[in-house]
Amino acid sequence: MTSSPLEMVVIGGGLVGSTLAWGLARAGLQTTVLDGADLDPRASRANFALVWVQGKGVGKPAYALWSKASAERWPQLAAALLEDTGIDVSLNQNGGFSFALDPLELETWQAEMQDIVRETNGRAAPFEVLSGAETRDRLPFVGPDVVGSIYSPLDGHVNALRLFRALHMGMKKRNVDYRAGYPIERIEPVRDGFRLTGPKGTLVAQRIVLAAGLDNNRLAEMVGLHAPMKRSKGQILVTEKCAPFFDYTSATMRQTDEGGVMIGDSEETHTAAHATNQDISAVLANRAVRTFPVLGDLNIVRSWTGQRVKPLDGLPIYEQSAAHPGAFIAVCHSGVTLAANHALVVAPQIAAGALSHGLAAFGSQRFHASQTA
Amino acid sequence: MLRRLREVTDPVTFSFDGCPVTAERGDTLAAALLAGGIDTIRHSVVGDQPRAPYCLMGVCFECLVTVDGVQNRQSCLMEVRDGMVVASQRGGRQVLQGNR
Ligand SMILES: Cc1cc2nc3c(=O)[nH]c(=O)nc-3n(C[C@H](O)[C@H](O)[C@H](O)COP(=O)(O)OP(=O)(O)OC[C@H]3O[C@@H](n4cnc5c(N)ncnc54)[C@H](O)[C@@H]3O)c2cc1C
Ligand code: FES
Repeated sequence: MTSSPLEMVVIGGGLVGSTLAWGLARAGLQTTVLDGADLDPRASRANFALVWVQGKGVGKPAYALWSKASAERWPQLAAALLEDTGIDVSLNQNGGFSFALDPLELETWQAEMQDIVRETNGRAAPFEVLSGAETRDRLPFVGPDVVGSIYSPLDGHVNALRLFRALHMGMKKRNVDYRAGYPIERIEPVRDGFRLTGPKGTLVAQRIVLAAGLDNNRLAEMVGLHAPMKRSKGQILVTEKCAPFFDYTSATMRQTDEGGVMIGDSEETHTAAHATNQDISAVLANRAVRTFPVLGDLNIVRSWTGQRVKPLDGLPIYEQSAAHPGAFIAVCHSGVTLAANHALVVAPQIAAGALSHGLAAFGSQRFHASQTA
Repeated sequence: MLRRLREVTDPVTFSFDGCPVTAERGDTLAAALLAGGIDTIRHSVVGDQPRAPYCLMGVCFECLVTVDGVQNRQSCLMEVRDGMVVASQRGGRQVLQGNR
């Protein structure tokens, strides 16, 4: 059977792949998404839904500014998704707090925030450092154990499930050919593009974007790219739905638009298992209740874990293969925060055929450099 | 509307939104409510739609009621008792002013 090669294939239909595919389709490309199996580790179905800038990019000013830019672009993404799909992803950017439970913690965070400001020549997202009393002035239900907080007005959150649905509806609306259960095992560069092979057969694509989450590690090497990852498991607890009481967000706790309180931000780096860890649940819950004693009365109704998609140094990887310029890769551990950049900046650049100089800091050469340094 | 297969032989009485309801000792509260002819036990938090017990085995959280002042009890996971004061719910759980 001969068929003409597909114009653009995105491998992976998680948050990163769907965001890019929607952006590529908006840029006018006939786009196909080949997604894996339901039992794959899928960070996009497990995340905490923050659009979070605070504290990101210590020692990596490019990342601090890239995250900030995405948070600033988020209203534009939310509006475009609403227009395309009628789905309101409930973006709330009233700002985010980090609540410190001991003075050293507050000092450390403050120093990191100041480092970021310095390293970005003052262009980093703004923030305030609040004492315990000042924190309780703004949020009277914060507990006495909170010694202070950092508040940054740019931080926010969305409804992650609706975001995912909106992206998939948006893809449909823009005629993206999305194929579930279509894992790719092998990529071979060929004369007119790339031959993609998996259990469902073989396809040829003129251009490809690797957006396969953790599997990028393996696929990247097949097209002259490099995506070293580390393990990072996160755990989340969800309470019963409550009347609205916390109209901001925080790195460890947020109230969803529908009322449930999500408690999260654990990190385990030594396990690939999916079971939730009771000890970690206890630590998460304990910290949450010390911060917000009112949570002590609530029932936890759900908990889950997810494997983050975490490049070795925590920064995203965006790169075009030098050896096979039709191949691009996008990997990141904050796919919600960066979604606006992915849809509105990265996708149009890929569509146009090259990544801008602005993205050079996120190429994989940095891993070679750090190995030889 | 659900009907009991057998007559009640060992009755207990509880109240739902102030009205007395009779049930068989050993019934789950959810079964007792359904058998008592009550088809709306709460309104959903997000959509404000009428709700009744659904899975009867603890997984769907549709059967939430306030029992003796405690909100959001899963009525399918508790046994009905004499004198229980059960109330329907509307809106999310209040967390800021004393809940109990
Ligand atoms: C607990 C937790 C909390 C988080 N909290 C936040 C947060 O608050 N804010 C934030 O911005 N980010 C957060 N993240 C990170 C965010 O969820 C991820 O950055 C994002 O989901 C990554 O998306 P992805 O598409 O790269 O990966 P995935 O969701 O893993 O998707 C990869 C997709 O590729 C498919 N696939 C894999 N291999 C192949 C193959 N060979 N062929 C075809 N398809 C393949 C898989 O089936 C899957 O659908 C969190 C993550 C976790 C785990
Ligand atoms: S009826 Fe489903 S949890 Fe009670």
